[in-house]
Amino acid sequence: MIKRLPIFAVASLVMVVSACSPRQGAVADDPFERLNRSSHAFNKGLDRNILSPLSKTYTDVVPDPVEDSVSNFARNLSLPGKVVNNVLQLDLSSAARNTARFALNSTVGLAGLFDPSQKIGLVEKSTDFGETLQGWGVAEGAYLELPLFGPSNMRDGLARFVDMLFLDPAGQILKPPVSEYRSASTVGALLQTRQIYGAQIDEVLYGSADSYAQSRLVYLQSRRFELREIANDDYIDPYAEFE
Amino acid sequence: MIISTPMPNLNKTNLARRTILTGLVSCALAGPVFALDKRVATQLIDRLVGEINAAIDSGMSETKLIGRFERIFADYADVNIIARAALGPAARSAEPAELEAYVAAFRGYIARKYGKRFHEFVGGKIIVTGTNDRGKFFEVMAVTELRGSAPFDVSFRVSDRSGQNLFFDIIIEGISLLSSERVEIGALLDARKGNIATLTRDLADLG
Repeated sequence: MIKRLPIFAVASLVMVVSACSPRQGAVADDPFERLNRSSHAFNKGLDRNILSPLSKTYTDVVPDPVEDSVSNFARNLSLPGKVVNNVLQLDLSSAARNTARFALNSTVGLAGLFDPSQKIGLVEKSTDFGETLQGWGVAEGAYLELPLFGPSNMRDGLARFVDMLFLDPAGQILKPPVSEYRSASTVGALLQTRQIYGAQIDEVLYGSADSYAQSRLVYLQSRRFELREIANDDYIDPYAEFE
Repeated sequence: MIISTPMPNLNKTNLARRTILTGLVSCALAGPVFALDKRVATQLIDRLVGEINAAIDSGMSETKLIGRFERIFADYADVNIIARAALGPAARSAEPAELEAYVAAFRGYIARKYGKRFHEFVGGKIIVTGTNDRGKFFEVMAVTELRGSAPFDVSFRVSDRSGQNLFFDIIIEGISLLSSERVEIGALLDARKGNIATLTRDLADLG
């Protein structure tokens, strides 16, 4: 009960907040730009000084199959939380798919170190509480860049904390040392992801004239694409502008 | 009746001559002049994708690839409108000569930038999957097939509003080239206090 109540408290808070800030098409709704820009400067420094070099060292030193197993382990333990969201979205076929994946990888895949599900085409249906809220009719609200977590928006930023605190069965069941292995593997997965998307991340952060504005655009457009909530005016009609 | 008999003949020859001439001129200038519909839009992007695939498959150096991309962009993209839209409101108040020089510099910049990006695709290819009629334009959908990486969605927005059938935006996993360039060019222009001439000069070293 204690765990269930806050979800709705947070959900209604998100709805109140997002009702105050209507979506404005291609132009980012960014009333917190000053604050966001300082988070961005902090995040960029963190990437430049810690994440990026550490990711390089990690992927250079650790053999690829080990890297993959570390990431598989982390990803597998995030599946129960995704199943919870699939159910909240009444998407039972994805819930079944993610459950089957979790069962197979946790057993045949040796506690999730390997990914036999992938080989039989049982791919993950990724989701989160932000998508659940979207399904419940919550608009994305103002743009946010969160310290440590990076680009987000009111809805998905709050949803992220709901996912971590309340919708993560593995986090509530696991005890040390397994919970510690999990935390370590999550860091490993992050370092591997930083390496895989290295060229794109570097381009946005270090190759653009205004990395804050560019990462805001990249986040908003790819998130809307992911959640299929693209409005007609999200993209520019260049001919209409010069008619 | 008597005078009207030779008239149609005269008109017919005139009309035929004009049709042939127009046909020749438009072939020479614009290439295909088919009215834009779903099929024509798909064929255009099929040819474009064929050229991109051939270019990334050719094993040519990055420098040569960029030159090839500049030609591909010139043939298939409405670089003129992309450049203007990227400049945003400043394009309205710019002097015509200033704008022309900027568009010319933008051509090289965009080819270098995306030529480099497509160079990362070496060993992969793009496959056209379908076309949607979106009212004022057609959206041709495609997916990439890359080694060691999950496929991703690419779409090309095609319009004939320039007088030719050309694409005006590429959207990769939801991220629009046009939107991204408007942010980039806008930031570059701001950093130069709105001076288009300085921006034009600096674009030569960017991308």
